[in-house]
Amino acid sequence: MPQVPNSHARKLPNKTRRTLLKAGIAGGVVLVLARWMVTSYSPRESAEGTRSALDPSARTIIAAIVPVLLEGAIPDVDTSVEARAEVVAGVDRAVAGLPPGSRKELEQLFALLSFAPTRCLLAGVWSSWPDASRESVAAFLASWRDSRFTLLVSGYGALHQLILAAWYGNARSWPAIGYPGPPSLEIG
Amino acid sequence: MAAASSRAAGSLDPFRIGLASGWKVIDASTLSQDLTLDADVVIVGTGAGGGTAAEILSDAGLLVVLIEEGPLATSSDFHMREAEAYSQLYQESSARKTKDKAINILQGRCVGGGTTVNWTSSFRTPAATLEHWAREFDLRGFGVADLEPWFARMEQRLGISPWLVAANENNSALRRGANVLGISSGEIQRNVKGCWNLGYCGMGCPTNAKQSMLVTTIPAALARGATLVTRARAWTIEHGNARATSVHCIGLDPGGTDPTARKITVHAPTFILSAGAIGSPALLIRSKAPDPHGTVGKRSFLHPTVVSAALMPDRVDGFAGAPQAIYSDHFLERPPDGPLGYKLEAPPLHPILVATTLPGHGVAHANWMRELAHMHVLIALMRDGFHARSPGGSVGLESDGSPVLDYRLDEFFWEGARRAFASMAEIQFAAGAKTVMSLHSTAASYSSWPAAKAGIAALALEPLQASVVSAHVMGGCPLGPDPKRAVIDPSGRHHHLENLYVFDGSLFPTSVGANPQLSIYGITAKLATELAVRLTPRRLG
Repeated sequence: MPQVPNSHARKLPNKTRRTLLKAGIAGGVVLVLARWMVTSYSPRESAEGTRSALDPSARTIIAAIVPVLLEGAIPDVDTSVEARAEVVAGVDRAVAGLPPGSRKELEQLFALLSFAPTRCLLAGVWSSWPDASRESVAAFLASWRDSRFTLLVSGYGALHQLILAAWYGNARSWPAIGYPGPPSLEIG
Repeated sequence: MAAASSRAAGSLDPFRIGLASGWKVIDASTLSQDLTLDADVVIVGTGAGGGTAAEILSDAGLLVVLIEEGPLATSSDFHMREAEAYSQLYQESSARKTKDKAINILQGRCVGGGTTVNWTSSFRTPAATLEHWAREFDLRGFGVADLEPWFARMEQRLGISPWLVAANENNSALRRGANVLGISSGEIQRNVKGCWNLGYCGMGCPTNAKQSMLVTTIPAALARGATLVTRARAWTIEHGNARATSVHCIGLDPGGTDPTARKITVHAPTFILSAGAIGSPALLIRSKAPDPHGTVGKRSFLHPTVVSAALMPDRVDGFAGAPQAIYSDHFLERPPDGPLGYKLEAPPLHPILVATTLPGHGVAHANWMRELAHMHVLIALMRDGFHARSPGGSVGLESDGSPVLDYRLDEFFWEGARRAFASMAEIQFAAGAKTVMSLHSTAASYSSWPAAKAGIAALALEPLQASVVSAHVMGGCPLGPDPKRAVIDPSGRHHHLENLYVFDGSLFPTSVGANPQLSIYGITAKLATELAVRLTPRRLG
């Protein structure tokens, strides 16, 4: 049963005027960088011929994050390769269903995470995503979740929502959580 | 319930039968050329306001055109799968957010709007709310006695009545814990007929038991010759000389996300905006409708909602059974213009909804998810908009013209949220919980009420740290006699455009303090009936 002692409750640093100012500047720089990196958007055709919202680098990033974000939830055995691929595909489908403005924001997020200098600087991940260790991905997720920069916290929020929805919307996840799935409408 | 009749109800899709009989429904994503329509009344939006108005005005003999941004999905399309339903039936795949991303907004976007996906809770507008509107906004004609016949009429129309089936455990535990503590609770009335008690109201009712606009007023209007255009986004209202002249819409692609080159124009002498409390103000702003006092899109309310999860020794199975059956207004029984009060309810507990709302990730998150069947969850809906320090948010436009709601969660809100976390934890422990977690980024959980009380008192509450959600968007085009403070007059008519009306959740001067569907139905029934009389004096007078 999950028990997080209260002493672990993170104390947010006092937001002095100075740190707020710093956050504002950092946030602005990050946004400008992201917009500069994202030049244009157009829906892509995936191998299956369906509309794909994510470019290959975004898919690589999600594939690297999934085993850490879903640790303890997604099977950690050989069958997990398929499950992980399904989560990436689920995220792709979800992003494709978002309005253009939201897709653009996510594209900026993934551009920041794939561009090596910002990957190192903002995510603290020093190797390319496929080579990133679990530890470095875990440290990245924790640092964004606990960041005092709202831009990074909301970036964490987007990854959290997309990946968890893709996994728990997949019937493969249901037996482990005791969810029987939708009832049948057939009687008798 | 009789198995034979239930099976028949499940296999029938009255909307598809109606389509086959010749109802005029146009999917704008399939148009090969632009479309121009003429109507007596054009209604933008098909939710609680638009649907109710469509039936009343069609019944009065008026030719109605309904514009809907979302798709037409009917009972045959409702498979009780979150992954499918959220992307198909909700705004922004159910991930719509406020500007700073601190509040996730669940808002329907489909034929029937929120009524197709809501959890069926039906409350008349609370007396304290109506009294506040009369006192603070000088609103006459909206007292308890004035609205009584309209609520009664819509309750009759939509089968709103006490729910006689035993509440599921997620709801029963709320009542049990409240009883232990001497906190009042009540049973929620629901707009259902022959409900199977499945628990999937939020994904579209597969058995047509929920009396949403999709199965009641919209079919009635279509049967009287109304035209429904789906996947068409009303973009601007053309106006001049204090009158609206036409509404210009853009077609959406089959995925429902991106505009196509198709234009749909509707000319009419009368316009009704029922696009919801984000959509209606945004349409007025895009249209540059007269707004001399800067009131449009201001005072937008959300009932910002905080969440408390608990683990119970016995199974809860919160994914099954009527999602909302029990409520407590104990913490609303205080002057509405004091510190924030809140309504307590229980939500349905399906995997995506729970997983995306629980904080954190990895093993700790997975451990909570593994307990889904034992999980008990309470929500506290904050009654915003009654106090000077609760001014609500404001609707504005992104650079591409899409709407965005800016809603600041400030100290006044967090003070109420902290009390709400404590109230929920105390009730959950009283109901037998072994562990309670206030949904917050620290994911701190408590094993006793004293521990929870101390922990909640120390929680760092600020935007993006606590999980805050909303399923009730209200305000932005408030109703009132004073054009300096209100967008529409007490007849529902725009203060500066004499043939444009707003009938939806955006007309509330504050939040409702209760799930808003019946407030929208009742007030729209009153305003639309008065409008029908004015538009058809010979026929009705």
